[in-house]
Amino acid sequence: MSLRFVEGFKFTKLDSPIHKMDPRSKFVLTTGLFITALMFTNVFALITILVLQIPLILISRTSRRWLRSMKAGVFLGAFIFAINAISGTSLILAIAFSLRFFAIMSAFSFFFMTTSPDDLGLSLDQIHVPYSISFTFTTAVRLVPTMAIDAQTVVDAQRSRGLELDKGSLMKRIRNYIPILIPLIISAIRRSVELAEALESRAFGATEHRTAIVTLKLHFVDYLTIMGTILGVALATYVYFRVPLPTLNIPIKLPRIF
Amino acid sequence: MPAISARKLTFTYAGAGTPSMENISLSIEKGEFVILTGPSGCGKTTFCRCLNGLIPNFYSGELHGDLFVDEENVSDKSTAELSKHIGFVFQNPENQLFSLTVERDVAFGLENLGVPKEEAVTRVSWAMQSTGIEDLRNKAPYELSGGQQQRAAIAGVLAMKPNIIVLDEPTSFLDPKSAEEIVGVIARLNREYKITTILVEHRLDIVSRYANRVIIMDKGNVVLDGSPPQVYDEQARLIGIGLPKVTTLFHMLRRDGFPLTTNPITVEQASEQLSRVLQR
Amino acid sequence: MISVDNVSYRYSGTPKDVLTGVNLQIQDGEFVAIMGENGAGKTTLVKMFNGLIKPREGSVYVDGIDTREKSVAQLSRDVGLIFQNPDHQLFAETVAEELSFSLRNFGFDEQTIKRRVTNISTALDLEKYVDSSPFVLSGGERKRLALAAILVWDPKHIIMDEPTIGQDYLQKDRLRQFIVQLISQGKTIIIVTHDIEFVAECKPRIVLLSKGAVIADDSAPKILTNDETLAKASLVRPQIAELIHQLPISEKPPDIIDAYAAREFLLTRLLKRNETEELR
Repeated sequence: MSLRFVEGFKFTKLDSPIHKMDPRSKFVLTTGLFITALMFTNVFALITILVLQIPLILISRTSRRWLRSMKAGVFLGAFIFAINAISGTSLILAIAFSLRFFAIMSAFSFFFMTTSPDDLGLSLDQIHVPYSISFTFTTAVRLVPTMAIDAQTVVDAQRSRGLELDKGSLMKRIRNYIPILIPLIISAIRRSVELAEALESRAFGATEHRTAIVTLKLHFVDYLTIMGTILGVALATYVYFRVPLPTLNIPIKLPRIF
Repeated sequence: MPAISARKLTFTYAGAGTPSMENISLSIEKGEFVILTGPSGCGKTTFCRCLNGLIPNFYSGELHGDLFVDEENVSDKSTAELSKHIGFVFQNPENQLFSLTVERDVAFGLENLGVPKEEAVTRVSWAMQSTGIEDLRNKAPYELSGGQQQRAAIAGVLAMKPNIIVLDEPTSFLDPKSAEEIVGVIARLNREYKITTILVEHRLDIVSRYANRVIIMDKGNVVLDGSPPQVYDEQARLIGIGLPKVTTLFHMLRRDGFPLTTNPITVEQASEQLSRVLQR
Repeated sequence: MISVDNVSYRYSGTPKDVLTGVNLQIQDGEFVAIMGENGAGKTTLVKMFNGLIKPREGSVYVDGIDTREKSVAQLSRDVGLIFQNPDHQLFAETVAEELSFSLRNFGFDEQTIKRRVTNISTALDLEKYVDSSPFVLSGGERKRLALAAILVWDPKHIIMDEPTIGQDYLQKDRLRQFIVQLISQGKTIIIVTHDIEFVAECKPRIVLLSKGAVIADDSAPKILTNDETLAKASLVRPQIAELIHQLPISEKPPDIIDAYAAREFLLTRLLKRNETEELR
């Protein structure tokens, strides 16, 4: 299981209209997609929700990494399908649950790839989330790539001492991760201490009223997106309650295992 | 009053048997450029941590003695309060950059202090110009080289307008060229803005030419204190200080009978003295 | 022998090759320093020697066998790679356990393990810590422990990645002496470094990388006195070399890089000058 799928959730600075949007409007959009995906169990509705995201992915120029995260999601998606199939749900419903998973994962992948953690922190500040929380969040996100490099270094260093991670019984393989986890944890702790020292030295927490030299402003595109999302969710709710959707009937009886 | 005044400063880390720093008494005047050096474990980092309150607020232990920084008694001040008087630049650039753009990183300390937006913006521009990173304003810290990252860290500290700056081995992770550049920036800031500078370093060959004073610590005590040519003598070498190679060469030549009177700290000084002796 | 045959490599997802057509041969028992600016490809290159990275184009042969045909564990038996930061590998409850780790991985029997652990602890001055946790050791001691943890299985070829970063002069000198000892035992020593003064004192063969290609491969005195080459790799002359270069006297030997050689030369010069004076 490679870690490549993480790239489908990592922010990169790109020049696209989506990247320039305010994080709050993107968050509203993602939440809208999330809510509608939770609403429906109809296969066609869920496919529509998934397909609707494709133009967004294309405009934001993140299609390659989005595909990668989708590919990695196949494993979990298949697992969801299997679990549902085994517990006696109808085949079509099992497919629907898998699709729902993909629709939601895709929405969040899109959000995190196009929103810088800094901007996210700023938007949290502007809606008056306590600074310590938003800072913790943005720092954690900022540290993910750093820690990934650390992890790779630790794996390299221990392999260079003869550690073989792909051999042996399951128990042995699990135990083999101790020489990986401990240095990682210790590294993380040391790094945190250094960061904390530096934070103290820059007066972190000095006053309750922190100023910010950059403030986020909502623009026309943002208002449009927010409006559009609210309308979309309203429309979806209407369709859910009032409009009979085409269904797919697959006359296969799945064996009940539970 | 001096910029820094320590009297019988002693500190033992919690859980340690012996003090890491004992009876340190010294004073540093405003505008001085001091190199603080010594073998690993000599207490130099401990001393620096006392200067901005990390000891005893962040590192617990027993602290005795008096310490005045920028005319303030540090004993009842937090690190955040002291950060307005004394700035600290750490060894690893990666762990002292907090934002995803250089501009916001340099502003970080000012934002924490609640400095009004307009003034903050001005100070940030000034700090970036003074450290030569104006053109990196919108770059992400991870896009920068080690030397550029350290400049950003220095700018972030400079923007807070402290009267004293302490730098703890800032060139450790830098290649020789970047190291020389960064020390040049530090020296220029000391000269232009009269910021009292304390530089903890092992790479004396690079930094000595800018300092007016070198303090050498060993086993928790100050053992040598004076101008670089005064201090870079045999005794320093015996403690295990990595003196500039030209200085060590002169020690050897003196023992061979060469009439060389002063300790050179730069290649130019060494060359000048040697050529006089050889061409007489 | 380690043989690099027209090797190119690029990290996945990056646009440029980090190594381009590198050719290199290192004989058994040689002492080689791989130098170059940050990002030149030094660490990538040495990771190929124990198979952590396999070339995209070309091949790396260790003792005649293509690294693609062996696992990292198999190659590590003969090629020991010591990483820069000891904290990336220390994990055991005691120093003894830490040292036994690799030996257990390689299948040594318990008796041999005990013997080797005792021997290497003594050799590297760590005996008193054998039953302590690795995490209570100081920075310098942890670096020694990391070195011991590789030497304990006695690999034929030893690679050190930036061994002098953060070390004070005494520690560097001890390392230098230790390298000399290892060479006398017939080990191949490869260091990745940008510490010019350290290299000037040890005088290994230098392989200079810049932007993924080998731009120079020669003895230390030749490379460290060649301005053009040094500039291409963002390096500067060692102080002594710079001094000799600046001395306004005639007939200077071109490749003096350390204090002892400089002293020899200057003594002969002074003697010659005295003789000519007496003759007058």
